Amino acid sequence: MQQLCRAAARELSAAGAGVSLLAQNGDASVLAASGPDIETVEQLQFTLGEGPCLDASALGRPVLTPDLSVAARARWPGYAPAVRGHGIDAVFAFPLQLGGARLGAMDVYRDRTGSLSTRDLHQGLAFAEAAMSTLLDAQAAADKEHPAFGRALDGQFEVYRAQGMVQAQLGVSLQEAMARLRAHAYAQDRPLHEVAADVVARRLVLEPDS
Amino acid sequence: MIAADRLAHIFVEVADTLTDDFDLIEFLQGLTARSSDLLGISAAGLLLADHNGRLQLMAASDERTQMLELFQLQAHEGPCHECFSTGSAIVAADLANAQDRWPRWAPQAVHNGFRAVHAFPMRLRSEVIGALNLFSTDPGTIDPADARVVQALADIATIALIQERAIRQGEILTEQLQGALNARITIEQAKGALAHIHHCSMDEAYELLRVFAREAGRPISDVALDVTVRPGSLPELTSPSATDAD
Repeated sequence: MQQLCRAAARELSAAGAGVSLLAQNGDASVLAASGPDIETVEQLQFTLGEGPCLDASALGRPVLTPDLSVAARARWPGYAPAVRGHGIDAVFAFPLQLGGARLGAMDVYRDRTGSLSTRDLHQGLAFAEAAMSTLLDAQAAADKEHPAFGRALDGQFEVYRAQGMVQAQLGVSLQEAMARLRAHAYAQDRPLHEVAADVVARRLVLEPDS
Repeated sequence: MIAADRLAHIFVEVADTLTDDFDLIEFLQGLTARSSDLLGISAAGLLLADHNGRLQLMAASDERTQMLELFQLQAHEGPCHECFSTGSAIVAADLANAQDRWPRWAPQAVHNGFRAVHAFPMRLRSEVIGALNLFSTDPGTIDPADARVVQALADIATIALIQERAIRQGEILTEQLQGALNARITIEQAKGALAHIHHCSMDEAYELLRVFAREAGRPISDVALDVTVRPGSLPELTSPSATDAD
């Protein structure tokens, strides 16, 4: 995950990037950062209880702030000056989410004001997707290929419906439900969308202990 | 033929949305619903390209599962896909004869009762951002004058979206597009959960969600989020009831 942060910083011409996890109950922690300075900056949001990462995760969409000195004063009266004190002038937060499954956010920091170019925006979203994929597969080796997940992000609604069904059936979180669906697909060597179709058609019921 | 007063009403509505509190989801849903109402057309769907250049269904005039699937399939083959990649309007007057053109999609559309389609590009000069897709259960084509009006509506939508991008350097639009996409996913997840709890179909699950949201005066995506993440907060929705099928 630290490598992901470093790659993101490099690709987006940024001073750094960090990933934080945000739990439903409000617990927050910095998971990884491109460097120790950035880890400190990433932590600021939790110390102060405000910031783009928290907003992005709560709102379920990216929070892009190309100039911290302007809009941010009203939005984050404590956080904005604090982070600018570390030489950061722009922050772009991409939530790590899949519908209701919200795990946290990836923050990209720049030491100059200015919007992300279209290409950089796309890159940022791609890195966030990669981070989300990695988190959903916490048990799997980081370098394993997961083409099934790519299909999920293709917007095949059936996968999300199956995810909801498993969530309700097993009483687990949405992320746990997705992890189980993917694990089943991987173990059975079947595409995720096929497994999802079976779950939705009630031909397949995932057992609590499987 | 489109009635002039209906048309005037719609243009005023669309213009109203180009204000400070512009809500993208509401705007796209409104446009899609208006387009299908306008012509008495059976259904309309609006697809926009995401950051990967792939078409994503953003709004539909009809939330039935089969409709959503039909629109979705177009991400890889179909009139919307062709419309998006060529930047031109795509018309098929009789889908029963369109198997050569769209071997997987056309039979699926006919199977679902649709016989004609007209896809309007959402495009500004050389940039195509998506497509507005109208279906009809009867074969035939849209009157050229009416088609020009729908294209004008699609053009207004395109201008509104691209303006956001230009004015705010893309931040607001990206935030809203991603938010809308994620809201869509949240709704599908909630449908799955409710379908399981109440032993019902996805369409019935959506109805439960829609009715509850309307009565509570809350956005559907907010209620959907509670269904899967805070089910205890909505026992009326998330507890099985005596009237559930079994």
